[in-house]
Amino acid sequence: MSGTTVVDGDFVIGGRTFASRLIVGTGKYRSNAEMVGAIRASGAEMVTVAVRRVDLDRGAEEGILHHLDPAEFFLLPNTAGCYTVADALRYARLGRAAGLSEWVKLEVIGDERTLLPDTAATIEAARQLVGEGFSVMAYTSDDLIAALRLEDAGCVAVMPLASPIGSGLGVVNPYYIREIKRRLSVPVIVDAGVGTASDACVTMEQGVDGVLMNTAIASAADPVAMARAMRLAVQAGRDAYLAGRMEAREIAVPSSPRAGMLGGV
Amino acid sequence: MRNDPDERAAVPNGSHADETPAGGLNIVLNGETRNVAQGLSVAGLLAELGVEPAMVVVEHNRRILARDRLDATPVSEADVLEVVHFVGGG
Repeated sequence: MSGTTVVDGDFVIGGRTFASRLIVGTGKYRSNAEMVGAIRASGAEMVTVAVRRVDLDRGAEEGILHHLDPAEFFLLPNTAGCYTVADALRYARLGRAAGLSEWVKLEVIGDERTLLPDTAATIEAARQLVGEGFSVMAYTSDDLIAALRLEDAGCVAVMPLASPIGSGLGVVNPYYIREIKRRLSVPVIVDAGVGTASDACVTMEQGVDGVLMNTAIASAADPVAMARAMRLAVQAGRDAYLAGRMEAREIAVPSSPRAGMLGGV
Repeated sequence: MRNDPDERAAVPNGSHADETPAGGLNIVLNGETRNVAQGLSVAGLLAELGVEPAMVVVEHNRRILARDRLDATPVSEADVLEVVHFVGGG
């Protein structure tokens, strides 16, 4: 390899280096074995989990800590399903009390149909949690101003959506994603909306630091195979971004030289 | 929410020395009213439920209960307890 080949830097969030730019969720899998297999195939180190009541009639083995070893994966509790600042704070504090880390994926939803975030409430909750010593990774819309406010609030990462959670629509507004990445200093991780490997690749080609997904892998016909595809796609997109793509133009330019063509017809 | 302690003492305990729920406490556990034995600690309640304390977080009357306080915290009449853990999520 040539010495000029671009080498990627470390993926660092809040002072901690992660082995993979792909972050995965643990929801919606058909079985725990399939979930663990898919997560391993994805190469992800950071893995999100939700906080819910123990089903006391079914026993506590439903808990994800029975299946995922916190020594193998960095488990990131989320506040999924919360619609108010108060609820998000409550879930974040419960997640931290489990004793794994001070980290939280903050999510305050504002609308049931689209699951779009309530960005004002997210910013308020972020300020409060940062003040309590949390390392906050904030799920948000692809709105630049909200992203800037979340950075101001002290979030360790800002995570705009590609498209609605679970929609699989891919990046609906690559320009806003690029602009958020250009304007923020903290890592920008696209969270939600990726549907298949090409979406993950396109996402990373925008120059963002990482991508977080769950449904695209868990709801694939073969989640383990899709997880591997996502690992490769994230790597490909990152490498393509770093490599610097050619300029696109709406006219053909031959790849083979005109010179040296044979004479006559 | 909480009953007066005197009222609690007045709960009929049955004339036999045996234990049963008549003399228990009513609490709200994960959103459901339950009758549990008197004199339990939160740790004791978890043990009865077959829940491993290291795998859960307990919220006791809206306050998170640190694991090292589970033993020393009694379950009282009308307590509201939430026992949560991590599940799959995105």
